[in-house]
Amino acid sequence: MAQHKVNYTQDGGLPVALTSIDKIVNWGRSNSLWALTYGLACCGIEMMASGASRFDFDRYGTIFRASPRQADVMIVAGTLTKKHAEFIKRLYDQMTEPRWVISMGSCANTGGMFNTYATVQGVDRIIPVDLYLPGCAPRPETLQYGVMLLQKKIRANKAGNAQKAKRLM
Amino acid sequence: MRTYTPKDDVQAKSYYTDRYYVSPQVPKSEVETDAVFAADLEAIKAKFEVKEVFIQVEQMVVYINANDIYGVLELMRDELEYTQLSEMSAIDWLAKDNTFEIFYQMLSMNKRKRIRVKYFIKNGQAVDSVEKLFRSADWSEREMFDMFGIEANGHPFMKRILMPYDWQGFPLLKTYPLEGDEFASWYEVDKIYGKEARDIIGPELRDTARVDRYDSQRFARLGHEVPKGTEITGDEPKNEQAYQEDGGVFLIKKFDKESSKIIDDPQR
Repeated sequence: MAQHKVNYTQDGGLPVALTSIDKIVNWGRSNSLWALTYGLACCGIEMMASGASRFDFDRYGTIFRASPRQADVMIVAGTLTKKHAEFIKRLYDQMTEPRWVISMGSCANTGGMFNTYATVQGVDRIIPVDLYLPGCAPRPETLQYGVMLLQKKIRANKAGNAQKAKRLM
Repeated sequence: MRTYTPKDDVQAKSYYTDRYYVSPQVPKSEVETDAVFAADLEAIKAKFEVKEVFIQVEQMVVYINANDIYGVLELMRDELEYTQLSEMSAIDWLAKDNTFEIFYQMLSMNKRKRIRVKYFIKNGQAVDSVEKLFRSADWSEREMFDMFGIEANGHPFMKRILMPYDWQGFPLLKTYPLEGDEFASWYEVDKIYGKEARDIIGPELRDTARVDRYDSQRFARLGHEVPKGTEITGDEPKNEQAYQEDGGVFLIKKFDKESSKIIDDPQR
């Protein structure tokens, strides 16, 4: 029978870390932010580049999921048209709470250069947004920094069920 | 050197002072100058009335009666070898004489020639569908209906193609504002949340240059964070923005530049 070679009382102590529920729940949430693939336009290309090997979002635990039911954060990357607006609302409603939204790029933030009849002037008219990333299109580094800020925001909040659900209205 | 014009109000002005400005025409030539087009025109003239015809930029432009369009295109496809309908749509002349100009761009791969067939219809009048002749007319006629409101009789599925089915208004009309009318500006709010939500969500912000640096409802303002909804005076303290919390995160070591070793020898 194999013998334990580690003497826990002397070599580095017992493998136990003490923490609070809030901290460990937020640690789990912030470091496994599964993102909903929401590439609507050219920002989607930058979002894909962020997920690919050069920038490698997996390092942050951010793995793109094709289903809203498995996703924690919706990265709205691109121009949201009025025809599509009801679908983004439906997908947002299908995400399980807690959920976060990153609005990526000028078009998603404010409608951007598309000051026209067919473009929603900012996704925050439809769903509540946690983080606005400027740029046209933002570089993958911007998106990485945005995800890190979102992680920080998650860690700053209380983790319990009392977390207030975000509603636009 | 270009003459100086003041640029301070250039964003506020429209591009064209005359909205219905018609640019000078490219020179037109007689049909007889091209033997292939002359033979085609003879074949069309034998069966249908031709109102006006000329060659412009090596393409023949033929004006016909609105009722003859199906017959003319059928003749051109079956006998004159114009086998492709490249595109078709309408031109809005409502402000000039309350008409639409409908055009059909035809291509013959064998003859290597293009003919544009045109006619005018009054506002509110429908056109005859050519979807039975050319499958490409299916979506083109739907798009024409979507953008101008011109219906095509005999089309199998006369519905909008680009805009949503419940859209009101025809966006490519010259009277339609680029930023949308009342219906367009509230479309997504009305559809998702209902009309009673208009007061809560508020009108669209169409001024793209507008930045309210004291807006704490919508923006957290990196480096100057305050709780949401705080009245901002402008002298909030600057707080340093770090990637991570100072003490590090549970189970994650903070990267320490001082204790790390940088290998700068390329030959290592």
